[in-house]
Amino acid sequence: MSAASDVGHSAQRQARWHYGEVAFWLIVLACGFAFPSRYLIMTDILRLALFAMSLDLILGYAGIVSLGHAAFFGVGAYAAGLLALHGIVNEPVLALIVAGLAAMVLGFATSFLVIRGVDLTRLMVTLGIALLLEALAERFSNITGGTDGLQGIEMQPIFGEIPFDMFGKAGFFYSLAVLFLLFLLARRIVHSPFGLSLRAIKNNPLRAAAIGIPVNRRLIAIYTLAAFYAGIAGALFTQTTAIASLDVFAFERSADLMLVLVIGGTGYLYGGLIGAVIFRMLQELFSTITPQYWQFWIGLVLVVIVLVGRQRLHRWVLYVPNLVVKQVAGRKAVVAVPESDA
Amino acid sequence: MTAILTNLFDGVAYGMLLFVLACGLAVTLGLMNFVNLAHGAFAMAGGYVCMVLVNRMGWPFFAALPLAFVSSAAIGILLERTLYRHLYTRSHLDQVLFTIGLTFMSVAAVDYIQGSSRVFINLPAALQGQFDLFGIGIGRYRLMIIVICGLLTIGLQMVLAKTRFGSRLRAAVDDPRAASGLGINVPQVFAFTFAFGCGLAGLGGALSAEILGLDPYFPLKFMIYFLIVVTVGGSSSITGPFLASLLLGIGDVAGKYYVPKMGPFVIYTMMIVILIWRPNGLFGRTAAR
Repeated sequence: MSAASDVGHSAQRQARWHYGEVAFWLIVLACGFAFPSRYLIMTDILRLALFAMSLDLILGYAGIVSLGHAAFFGVGAYAAGLLALHGIVNEPVLALIVAGLAAMVLGFATSFLVIRGVDLTRLMVTLGIALLLEALAERFSNITGGTDGLQGIEMQPIFGEIPFDMFGKAGFFYSLAVLFLLFLLARRIVHSPFGLSLRAIKNNPLRAAAIGIPVNRRLIAIYTLAAFYAGIAGALFTQTTAIASLDVFAFERSADLMLVLVIGGTGYLYGGLIGAVIFRMLQELFSTITPQYWQFWIGLVLVVIVLVGRQRLHRWVLYVPNLVVKQVAGRKAVVAVPESDA
Repeated sequence: MTAILTNLFDGVAYGMLLFVLACGLAVTLGLMNFVNLAHGAFAMAGGYVCMVLVNRMGWPFFAALPLAFVSSAAIGILLERTLYRHLYTRSHLDQVLFTIGLTFMSVAAVDYIQGSSRVFINLPAALQGQFDLFGIGIGRYRLMIIVICGLLTIGLQMVLAKTRFGSRLRAAVDDPRAASGLGINVPQVFAFTFAFGCGLAGLGGALSAEILGLDPYFPLKFMIYFLIVVTVGGSSSITGPFLASLLLGIGDVAGKYYVPKMGPFVIYTMMIVILIWRPNGLFGRTAAR
């Protein structure tokens, strides 16, 4: 077998659906029916998961460290809110796509700034862009509603058929459908030659350029795509909560998102999804213990995770599942430890 | 005309303050290449120590300032020895996550101990109000800041350029391996420098309570300002961050006075443009690190 076909074979095997993945999505779907009183928080988790997946695309696969991913979330949120408020696009799914495209345009425009420079410059530029947008949203309060946010958003039924109900059932299944579709797309992309080339860039940009990968163009493409995802997450936020306020751009949102991804692990798409579930549960737990000071414990979790080491932590977490897999299937673990990053 | 000069004066005072607050970060981030987003937490610690000493225990303001320095430096060296030094060799992402965690913890902890409202330090009467000099309104407190910060800056430059410790630090930063080969205790030099930078931040925090406002969210609110000073100023000397601080201070004060509605918009735009134009900072080394 030649080297090229060997690589192709291995990549194809990686891309195949595992039983674990099918089970994962079945469990998520089952949750929708099992906990009918928890739709609001579950919708929140789905949104966060989509947002985290968006950051994973650039951080985990392309190695771009961003401290301002909330910028795209915010643009998506305000776009969806404004579209609905002024009745420009009434149909939610269409509005979702338009909002995503708005964030995508911003992502494309700012990607040229981000691909320049090293880690530190990227951190500063992404952070600066998010802060800039927050300042802009505050400045043009006649459009954005300023610190009060956009109020009085009324969502039309999805496809003109399914109305948003007050228990959030429709919102949950709508979010789940969006998340799943975008997950399928992301999965297809990261397993494609394009996705593999991104990993090459992340591991060593110089070498990637030497074997003929157009590094900058690939980074621009993935950054733009991630912005689209984040915009959709933001639009979902507005559509399911019927509010958009200045805090969609807040630094804490970007920082929390990092934590989500760190908990779940970067470089495999499920990291964001699992991280979102754990993060939200931790947050709930901490805020029931100490309503005002939960941020302290979140900070502590971050510090501990970094000190212990992210890779070691994931080895520990995956120890039991891998042991089970080894015993039952008699082969090496299917759940891979995510690659080291940035 | 006088309004312009008064604004300029306020801007210089603000910039000097930013420099004292951020120059510790210039060392850790610029020289040691460690992304310390928790730098503002040390400043906040100094500010709160000063506030407690002056307001609750009745210490004179000028006696409390050195203690703000010492306490922040002590916290700094404690954290450096126990936590930070393990992270010098880690990736920027790890450093960012770690220091964001520390920042969150400090915010919640101070909120828990001192409450979430803004605090003020009781100033002696001699520092309040302003006087006219050739028709320019000069705030006494701001004048004091300029004097203190100006002296500190000159002192720092002298220490870095003239003393044995200064040359050790520069050697350790330029090439840690070669420096330790020459018998310089690099970790010790770094620890000392880190603590000193934290102390300066604490002093800055105490001085800034009057001008910037002191509340538990101080580390998050001003994080971006410190980062701007360092990234725009570059790290080849302390002159770069100093000029960047002045620029930022004057720009921010003038921006708030002349185009109040644009808010911080001007500053952020300037930062992004400068970073795109010169990724290593305005006064930075041209070689990529």
